[in-house]
Amino acid sequence: MALKSNCKHMKKVNYFLAVLLGLSIQFASAQVKKGSVLIKNATVLTVTKGTLENSDVLVQDGIIKKVGQNLSAPSGVQTIDATGKYVMPGIIDAHSHLGLDVVNEATSPIVAEVRMKDMVNPYEVGIYRALAGGVTISHAMHGSANVIGGQNATLKHRWGSTDPADIIMQDAPRTIKFALGENPTRVHGRGNGIQPRTRMGVEAVLRNGFNEAIQYKKAWSEYNAAASQKNSTALPPVHNERLQVLSDIIDGKIIIHCHSYRADEIYMLINVARDFGITKLVFQHTNEGFKVAPEIAEYTMGASVFADWWAYKMEVYYSTAYNAAILTANGAITSINSDDAELIRHLYHEAAKTQRYGGMTDDQALSMITINPAKQLGIADKVGSIEEGKQADLVIFEGHPLSSYTIPQMTFVDGVKYFDIKEDANDQRLKVSATEMVEPIMIFEGHDSRCMQDTESLFETTEALFNLNH
Amino acid sequence: MQRLNKIFFAFLLALLPMMAMAQIDGEVIKPRAGKFLLKNATVVTITKGVLTNTSVLVEDGKIKEVGANISADGAEVIDCTGKFIYPGMIDGGTKLGLVEINSVAETVDYVEIGNFTPNMQALTTVNPNSVAIPVTRVSGVTTVLAVPSGGLFPGTAALINLNGYTPDQMYAGFKAIVMSFPSSGRRGRFDRRSDDDIKKANEKALKEANELWDNAVSYAAMSANGAELEYYPEMAQLAKATTGELPLLIEVNAASDIQAAIKWVEGKDAKVIFSGVSEGWRVADEIAKAGIPVVTGPIQALPTRDSDRYDTPYANAGKMAKAGVKVAIRTDGQENVRNLPFFAAFAAAYGMGKEEAWKAVTINTAEIFGVADKYGSVEAGKVANLIVADGDPFETRTNIMHVFIDGYRMPLSNRQIRLYQEFLDRSPGLKIN
Repeated sequence: MALKSNCKHMKKVNYFLAVLLGLSIQFASAQVKKGSVLIKNATVLTVTKGTLENSDVLVQDGIIKKVGQNLSAPSGVQTIDATGKYVMPGIIDAHSHLGLDVVNEATSPIVAEVRMKDMVNPYEVGIYRALAGGVTISHAMHGSANVIGGQNATLKHRWGSTDPADIIMQDAPRTIKFALGENPTRVHGRGNGIQPRTRMGVEAVLRNGFNEAIQYKKAWSEYNAAASQKNSTALPPVHNERLQVLSDIIDGKIIIHCHSYRADEIYMLINVARDFGITKLVFQHTNEGFKVAPEIAEYTMGASVFADWWAYKMEVYYSTAYNAAILTANGAITSINSDDAELIRHLYHEAAKTQRYGGMTDDQALSMITINPAKQLGIADKVGSIEEGKQADLVIFEGHPLSSYTIPQMTFVDGVKYFDIKEDANDQRLKVSATEMVEPIMIFEGHDSRCMQDTESLFETTEALFNLNH
Repeated sequence: MQRLNKIFFAFLLALLPMMAMAQIDGEVIKPRAGKFLLKNATVVTITKGVLTNTSVLVEDGKIKEVGANISADGAEVIDCTGKFIYPGMIDGGTKLGLVEINSVAETVDYVEIGNFTPNMQALTTVNPNSVAIPVTRVSGVTTVLAVPSGGLFPGTAALINLNGYTPDQMYAGFKAIVMSFPSSGRRGRFDRRSDDDIKKANEKALKEANELWDNAVSYAAMSANGAELEYYPEMAQLAKATTGELPLLIEVNAASDIQAAIKWVEGKDAKVIFSGVSEGWRVADEIAKAGIPVVTGPIQALPTRDSDRYDTPYANAGKMAKAGVKVAIRTDGQENVRNLPFFAAFAAAYGMGKEEAWKAVTINTAEIFGVADKYGSVEAGKVANLIVADGDPFETRTNIMHVFIDGYRMPLSNRQIRLYQEFLDRSPGLKIN
């Protein structure tokens, strides 16, 4: 009897909580601003539906309502004259570490349980600077210290929001970081004397991890079957978040984004993925992807690569800037990413380099920073092209975005303008650190990559780490 | 012994057919000297305007003639109708050839042990066969300054052409002693020294620089008076900077450091060039007033301060040029010096203008380095460092059709292109077992 009433009480509480939860979700989504705007007389680079001269883009409540000619603005909707200018979809960076307080949980070869969405820092001025380069979405990734790293967050650059939840793209699917080759073998094998020390060990860590996850899944399904029996006394297995995440990967609920360079390790992961029935797999960096382009095209969601970075470490010595062109020609989904707070500022220019190195068409080059990374992040139904019904992430350029002389003018996320070259103040910081009496001056001597950030203690000198980045 | 030799030669003879096969299989294209007539192009001379329907005659490594009606007379004629001829671009500061793979210490040769090593010669360690060199020159960069770094006086930089099999063949006639001016900036996120520590380190470094400089001045004076001096190669080298025999290339970036450096060089008999100069726009008038030329870059860089406008690094070169500073552009690169034209384009777009940006990668650099009689423009009598393109070489969609260095027609291939040729359509392709 007492038990029963308790249950009733519980139900009430549950109902109450559910209502609260519903309210809070509404509250959360209400916080994300949605804008309306009419962009007139532009050259519209839709990416997926061709280039439209002298055309207009009408945005209502954050959604692209109409693309065409002679559109008129509903009352209260601002019109922007973009005569002589170019409009393209917001640029998407499939590999970034912007807006993260911490990048690496380097303590174990597998740390699938940690989540970058718990580490989002909306105050980082780099987010604004990315907007000034037309980037509206970035894939905020865990670092590359682990074979299986943490879960990434897909960010929408709603600069000015101070709630981390507001800059996370809540409708993006889960993704997770993997890493092969020099970084995990250096941190764990050479740094801590544990597997993996070699690329053989990397494969073993992957296979052991997935097999353990299968055992874990089996233990739960056995328990669930037993628990559904009458008078069951079965005890549930102990919850293990790490193995739960690995089972979710096997179940296709999470997209793998794997830091990789050499053709052999790329081919290895393709085989491992096939053995475990995993198809949601994107390779990151992938400098030697061109050597196994047919395999990448056949079995994976493609590769996200640098336009021209190479030779900063041994495993990228045998690279070619024609990588993206070779991958594209072989039918692999190919994107160009930054992995760098500086490079993210001109991804349009990085994409343009595929025209020098492999003669990509304008649409092919633009796809690599819009619809292709959107596909790799599982958000191509929402963003990545200028199409009616998609989220209104847009950039206006003076000059064709693939020209070396182009200058981004305005950037919109969900129809809200977050960057305007003519109106913005010079100092865009959202807050000034009280502990910094004198603002530090950074004279960067190289790439400001953060792939191996927070693993400094594992190296002889921090400068060595600096050189061993990415 | 003789018998061994005989066996060896017999072995070699047996191998010969195989070697010949290899020759046929793998085509090797070498740089080729000769007399070339680049016919009927639009010539962007940089110093003498843009000349349409103009030809350029290359002979004996030099630009022999630039004009409308040049007789071919035994020259190999290259039709350049509809094409553009520019001078080869010069990168005013790189580590090209001084490092092969940055994370592999065995291949890093630009930084020596010690704080006072001005006698370390970049030219000695330039690897003429670095894989990065052919990767660079297909972009139209024909000449770079190879710069050592590290300590207070890390070494002597050297200007090299990207053609040649020995450093001496590559040498382009300019050396400078490098000084890293004590920096109040931080070198990156890993640099977590306190403001106080940085200040103290700088004061110490400046004191050391002053002592070394004073000693070098004395060394030079005594040496000039015929004094017999102890063997002190570091001091002998720095002495050359105190007399102006070799220019002093001062790496300096933060605004307050630039001001301090301007003050520091006042009254010294040194020929000073500033390099880096990331915050030059903040004190551009002072640099102009001091009359010190600048090699700035990388242009595609992050602002030095969080509070700075996002485009300050793009706009920096143009702002300094507008203030009257003589500006050259550098990549500060190693494997990606090929991006120099794109850096120049960014500088051009963000205020410098195309014409001035072209000068900043050609004639200005040559003038700052004192080699403008040989390099930096398309003029008769200069060294034949030329590029032929089907458009604006600063644009990524433009193809560089020909590159001439020292009058040699350079092969437009490199390992990255060969990998493209091999793997674009791999055979066997996808093989499902």
